[in-house]
Amino acid sequence: MKGWMTRFKAVMALTVMALILSGCGEPFLSTLQPSGEGAAMLLELIILSTVIMLFVFVVVMAIYIYVVIKFRQKKGQEDFIPKQTEGSHALETLWTVIPIILLLILAVPTVQYTFAFADVNTPEVNEEGEELDQIWIDVTGKQYWWHFEYEGLDITTSQEIYIPTDRRVYLSMISDDVIHSFWVPSIQGKMDVNPTGNRNEMWLQADEEGVYWGKCAELCGPSHSLMDFKVIAVSPGEFEEWVEDMQGVTGEEEPETATAQAGQEIYQDNCLSCHAVGSSPNKVGPNLTNFADRDKLAGVFDMTEENLFEWINTKGEEMKPGNLMVNAPYDLDEEEINQVIEYLMTLSPSDVTPESADNGVYIDSDLSDLFPEEEEDADEESEEDSEEVDEETEEENDDE
Amino acid sequence: MSTTAEKKAGFGSVLWDYLTTVDHKKIAILYLVAGLFFFILGGLQAMLIRIQLIAPDNEFISAQFYNEVLTMHGTTMIFLAAMPLIFALMNAVLPLQIGARDVAFPFINSLGFWLFFFGGIFLNVSWFAGGAPDVGWTAYAPLSLFSESHGVDYYAIGLQITGFGTLMGGINFIVTVVNMRAPGMTYMRMPLFTWTSFIASVLILFAFPALTVGLFLLTFDRLFGGNFFDPEMGGNVIIWEHLFWIFGHPEVYILILPAFGVFSEIIPTFSKKRLFGYSSMVFATILIAFLGFMVWAHHMFTVGLGPIANSIFAVATMAIAVPTGIKIFNWLFTMWGGNIRLTSPMVFALGFVPTFTIGGMTGVMLASAAADFQYHDTYFVVAHFHYVIVGGTVLGIFAGIIYWWPKMFGTMLNEKLNHWFFWLFFIGFHLTFFFQHFLGLMGMPRRYWKFLPDQGLDLFNLISTIGAFGMAIGTIIFLINVVMTQMKGEKVSGDPWDARTLEWAIPSPPPFYNFKQEPLVRGLDALWVEKMQGNGKIQPAEPLGDIHMPNRSFVPFVISLGLFIAGFGVMYQGAMWILAAIGFGITAGAMLYRSVKDDIGYHVHKEELEEEEGDGSNG
Repeated sequence: MKGWMTRFKAVMALTVMALILSGCGEPFLSTLQPSGEGAAMLLELIILSTVIMLFVFVVVMAIYIYVVIKFRQKKGQEDFIPKQTEGSHALETLWTVIPIILLLILAVPTVQYTFAFADVNTPEVNEEGEELDQIWIDVTGKQYWWHFEYEGLDITTSQEIYIPTDRRVYLSMISDDVIHSFWVPSIQGKMDVNPTGNRNEMWLQADEEGVYWGKCAELCGPSHSLMDFKVIAVSPGEFEEWVEDMQGVTGEEEPETATAQAGQEIYQDNCLSCHAVGSSPNKVGPNLTNFADRDKLAGVFDMTEENLFEWINTKGEEMKPGNLMVNAPYDLDEEEINQVIEYLMTLSPSDVTPESADNGVYIDSDLSDLFPEEEEDADEESEEDSEEVDEETEEENDDE
Repeated sequence: MSTTAEKKAGFGSVLWDYLTTVDHKKIAILYLVAGLFFFILGGLQAMLIRIQLIAPDNEFISAQFYNEVLTMHGTTMIFLAAMPLIFALMNAVLPLQIGARDVAFPFINSLGFWLFFFGGIFLNVSWFAGGAPDVGWTAYAPLSLFSESHGVDYYAIGLQITGFGTLMGGINFIVTVVNMRAPGMTYMRMPLFTWTSFIASVLILFAFPALTVGLFLLTFDRLFGGNFFDPEMGGNVIIWEHLFWIFGHPEVYILILPAFGVFSEIIPTFSKKRLFGYSSMVFATILIAFLGFMVWAHHMFTVGLGPIANSIFAVATMAIAVPTGIKIFNWLFTMWGGNIRLTSPMVFALGFVPTFTIGGMTGVMLASAAADFQYHDTYFVVAHFHYVIVGGTVLGIFAGIIYWWPKMFGTMLNEKLNHWFFWLFFIGFHLTFFFQHFLGLMGMPRRYWKFLPDQGLDLFNLISTIGAFGMAIGTIIFLINVVMTQMKGEKVSGDPWDARTLEWAIPSPPPFYNFKQEPLVRGLDALWVEKMQGNGKIQPAEPLGDIHMPNRSFVPFVISLGLFIAGFGVMYQGAMWILAAIGFGITAGAMLYRSVKDDIGYHVHKEELEEEEGDGSNG
């Protein structure tokens, strides 16, 4: 797969330089500064196609400029009648064949990569050649937020997804309402998130720790542009710690201060029917298990108490137009809201937070502790998983 | 009935004249005026979009209104501006280029216009009736099913009515080209504009039914509890995407092929050379049209169709670059060795070549299915299709309008203002859209009401908005030019550009019967052949005789009005069903009237023709 690439390395290096020099975007968002295997592969393809196309453009423009300068009407030549050329078989063959060759150069890696991106069934292997456990995350897109369930790990979260670096994480995606599209530009290309019966699968892989911005890329309503999420890539050891911390949350933990305890009570009476804390199948509203660790409020706002107050008080009506929380029946006064906020700010089950992505700490792990079953059982289970997946794919095909 | 008589007539009679006309030249003017009106409307919507995106986190317009504006910008520009302006050129020029007295079905031609017009008005009524459609011009289900206002109903019914008109227009031009060519005008002697319009009409014939079906299903889902696209009820949202793009991709070629044709007329004329590789141009046109039906799923690479489908559609899409490349090189080599006059239509053509080449390049980049995972639904795509549609179609339309303006109106637009228009529009265009490629790659999805600060997106968005103002000022200069030129009303000869094709052999504007005697075509570039080998006049193919002409008719207007009224009844239902009954009644009644009343037209007699000044066949 990487064979063709070496030939273009020099050209690519130059182009990459040019692109970086032109300062294209921020590293957490730009496809031009990839931090993961997927985005890096795609950038190769983008650069290859750009180089081929620039070559064509240069040829066209060279002829164009020559023609326009050279054959522009001169003074006194107004009546000059040029030779009425019908055409030229040689030339016409030339500019038919050369583009075909150029397109083949692009088509081959295009097809290779298209298949490489669709492959979610071949497990990765480590240096010893052992198959790694596949981490599968169920992604649900909703107007205008994202929900994540880690399969087999008993963890639920929303808006911010934690992944270990240096290995693939597999996503199984579906929408609960309209079509969305899951896109983390700096680590992977996008894929649509379709409603009922139409699960799409893809993989994510981050090479470097970081907080990467995810975007919804399919028009889904008024707040489409505010349906951001984050992918927080931490070292495998930190990820393992996060998973264990998250698994410990039941939602019943009593906060320390009296205000927060009062807040928890209000929360349980008013919010819990939609917003779960701890692992839960409830996805009416975002899961708040690690709410206080969030990088952003509602995907886009700074995580401040003022913003949070405004959100709860107005149900986000102005902050995220068209969001469905405006229908929530609760009615809280200022004091109650502040108590709820105090409670929400205690929801920080883990020391692994978005800051862990930037702290330079790297802890290695093969994550096998997360899949504690006997080696054989684990294999069986993953086989079962993939069988299920296959069945689903087949059903989809039948539908079509 | 002659043009001088019209000048003296009052406003009322001119209005009646246009409401009832079946003359292709007047219908062309109707399409032109309506198309420009909607072009300005769509342009204003574009300006709202760009002002909203001038700075991060801007609150200039609300999220809901923004979605309505972006939907209506796309829908208006495609269906109500670009399509009718192309029909304006086709109506004005195509019958003249093949030496016909009119299109094959003048009545249908008028009906097509009025259906388009009432459909467009219907769609825009939504602004005043609770909100315009807000789901993007692609109206993907189930968002389009969930949309609460009647906006999407206006979209579905309005486009349905407009679509009928377009379909009729397409069929009409196919029949015209097949049946109405003058003696000697073989297929391989047809001017390229006629060829591309012909092929575009074939595309319309095959592509629009897919839209019709899709819109019917959508209408039934929304208004009558159909469940074609509702996943909760066993429907499938992906079907809509397929139907839409099976129409939508050929639509792109419906828009661009006639523009190719315009440039294939302008470049030879102002290079004083025949088109280089004429037959390969024809072949490339047909090939583009054929392949255009095989590539719709490249709009759906991220839908999850799987790698096999994605790969096939990727390679098929790339293949289109080959015939398109052939065209580009043929234009360049038409100019090679020529005697190039930099008139304003030619400058538009020269602006088109590099712009469209860039659009084609990004098209190939987008065709690379895997790479499209990054481009899809970002500003990269927005930049790409504006390079193709504005850089190709719109430049082509304006080049065509300026080029054929003397033929349509008998006057000449001011060249100096035309050049100002071009440069402002051209530079503004590149400022607006070139940087959007990078915005997309930098992580800005399309259809975003807001972009956030500190994401590195501020500068290019600002530049983009500045460029949009350049385009707006350029367009205003064009409109001023039109008004000034028509006020002055200086008449020009039948062949002011020293051109090559048949339409320039008759006076500007042509008499209502076009050719007094059917012309005899003796080669490609019929007029040029006569200029080089004959006396510069087209020889008649028949002796002077009576000319059979169709009667004017108010029926097309009434049929269309009926559907317009019925649309409201179907949408609002309840007590409003009465409107549907009235509307459909009017339409059915008008159709019945048309069917039972014999209308055999009238004859312009030989004697009257002899009295007319000049010789209509070779002015």
